[in-house]
Amino acid sequence: MKKSFKMHDLDCANCAAKMEAAIQKIDGVESAAVSFLSQRLTLEAEEAGFDAIMKQVVKTCKRIEPDCTIEL
Amino acid sequence: MNQKQKRTLLRILLSLALFIAALLLPLEGAGRLAAFLLPYAAIGYDVLWRAIRGILHGQVFDENFLMALATVGALLTGEYPEAVAVMLFYQVGELFQSYAVGRSRKSIASLMDIRPDYANLERDGDIVQVDPEEVAAGDTIVVKPGERIPLDGVVLDGRTSVDTAALTGESLPRDVAPGDDVVSGCINASGLIRVQVTKAFGESTVAKILELVENASSKKARAENFITRFARVYTPAVVIAALLLALLPPLLFGGSWENWIHRALIFLVISCPCALVISVPLSFFGGIGGASRSGILVKGGSYLEALANTEIVVFDKTGTLTRGVFNVTAVHPDTVSEAKLLELAALAESYSDHPVARSLREAYGLEIDRSRIEEVAEKAGHGVTARIDGQNVAVGNDKLMETSGAAWRPCHHVGTTVHVAVNGSYAGHIVISDEVKPDAKEAIAALKAAGIRKTVMLTGDAAEVGEAVAAQLGIDEVHTRLLPGDKVDRVEELLRQRSAKGRLAFVGDGINDAPVLARADLGIAMGALGSDAAIEAADIVLMDDKPSKIATAIRISRRTRQIVYQNIVFALGVKALVLLLGAFGMANMWEAVFADVGVSVIAILNASRALKAGK
Repeated sequence: MKKSFKMHDLDCANCAAKMEAAIQKIDGVESAAVSFLSQRLTLEAEEAGFDAIMKQVVKTCKRIEPDCTIEL
Repeated sequence: MNQKQKRTLLRILLSLALFIAALLLPLEGAGRLAAFLLPYAAIGYDVLWRAIRGILHGQVFDENFLMALATVGALLTGEYPEAVAVMLFYQVGELFQSYAVGRSRKSIASLMDIRPDYANLERDGDIVQVDPEEVAAGDTIVVKPGERIPLDGVVLDGRTSVDTAALTGESLPRDVAPGDDVVSGCINASGLIRVQVTKAFGESTVAKILELVENASSKKARAENFITRFARVYTPAVVIAALLLALLPPLLFGGSWENWIHRALIFLVISCPCALVISVPLSFFGGIGGASRSGILVKGGSYLEALANTEIVVFDKTGTLTRGVFNVTAVHPDTVSEAKLLELAALAESYSDHPVARSLREAYGLEIDRSRIEEVAEKAGHGVTARIDGQNVAVGNDKLMETSGAAWRPCHHVGTTVHVAVNGSYAGHIVISDEVKPDAKEAIAALKAAGIRKTVMLTGDAAEVGEAVAAQLGIDEVHTRLLPGDKVDRVEELLRQRSAKGRLAFVGDGINDAPVLARADLGIAMGALGSDAAIEAADIVLMDDKPSKIATAIRISRRTRQIVYQNIVFALGVKALVLLLGAFGMANMWEAVFADVGVSVIAILNASRALKAGK
């Protein structure tokens, strides 16, 4: 399943790159792209457990850039 | 500037004032430290706080941490003004960066400002304003002059011209009448129209385009991936180098600690890869935005990059280089006037539904007076005979001429030839063919000028028709009488001819050529306005049906690539230079700040040029 999310207060390009790398390492994630410029996360992950994966994604992003939030 | 940026600006000004005051005050010792700590805290507290928070979260090579370390180090070695200045410039750079990026974002958003806000829905005889998403296929909506057409549909009544500029970059408005299709996202320029909706908003052209643009940044170019990977190595490498620089010389060769730590701090200031990490994607983002302003939708940075490396361009013929509609292209009378010949043919064919008959009637253009026509007989595979104004007229191919005994002659024009005989004697012929698009020749010439090595045309059409079109346009290679499956084979053959870095682009109209679009390195669909199949199958979508846009797209892609290269070389060059000078003790903190923030700002300014690439 592929879904796209809007992100808020993603202020640093390098953080976006780091988030992307970290999200790609989460189990069940097939592909992930964090675009600093369009402030958007595109996530492709297994249909089953998508919500659980999403929770991990949010946690990962919080760790890298605490100010940034993902619009679910 | 948004609220956050304004606050930062205020803080910068305040700290700057405090900093100048500290520089001017004749203080010594602890008083001097306190005087500089004040502006330092005012400008840097958030960086310090984020650095601490980052360490707690295990983010060691975070830019905040590096800045904090460099400035605290400078404070400890007694370089108070440098510490404040580094922090100050860092914040100025950050502010500028966020402002510039925000502006680029906004200008791209305004380019794609095609989302309709409402639809005027007819419901039980009343007109109500609703969200376009609430309208179902089959509903009737009203679009007033000046309003954006909210959904795809067919005009029921009313005539108007629609402005498609936001979608195609084409400034000439298009006239529509009842029965014509209208596309969502266009502006109704002049008259009120009633439109029957054919697709729900989710499937409409405007929704498809917006989705495409929003997802464009998820397909990253190789240059972007390179930079991301580089950044991941660069920062730790520079930090480790800084550490070695601080420790080894004093330990091994007895250098002064203060001197070498100072040099190490310079390394830390330069260690942030921000200029690169932001400017490369920003350039691609700008290039994609600039292209969309010309009605060229690029589905991702990777395709823009591939486009810049295009070596071979393969065209489909019908609908791509030609209009795909049949038209009278030549009238060659022998015994009567041109108008008379056309009139005879149109009258004789007035009862036929054949495309040839239709194009004859269209070329004639006048109302057909059926009372002049008697005894119409259609002979399948030959043509039509009829009595017109009392004369026996035969309109058809060479076989029909043979049977009616007229001395016909062949035509040197390529296309379908329709002969006309009156009372058994030859009157002349009319040539009907698919018309080449007006800008097709120019498009091929522009591609050649852009250094495209080879242009190829594939067509299912007869050899003489295909070869004539190819010769007329100046296309290098042509393959005729191809079935759809053959086209894939031909493209695969051509794929083997390109160089290792070169790319092959296939240009089609999205009808019947989805497999070829997918097989080519780069699938370009044209005339996509209203055709979502084409939008889905291709990597690059030309909203209008002008082949000359391909050269425009290649130009934009090359310009974007050039900007990307400039940024990479410039940023890495300056950083390498300052690192080198720093290691030999020839650079100071100020130069380091320039190598970090200054380069970042210049790279962003350069990247924002890509946005203007469309013009």
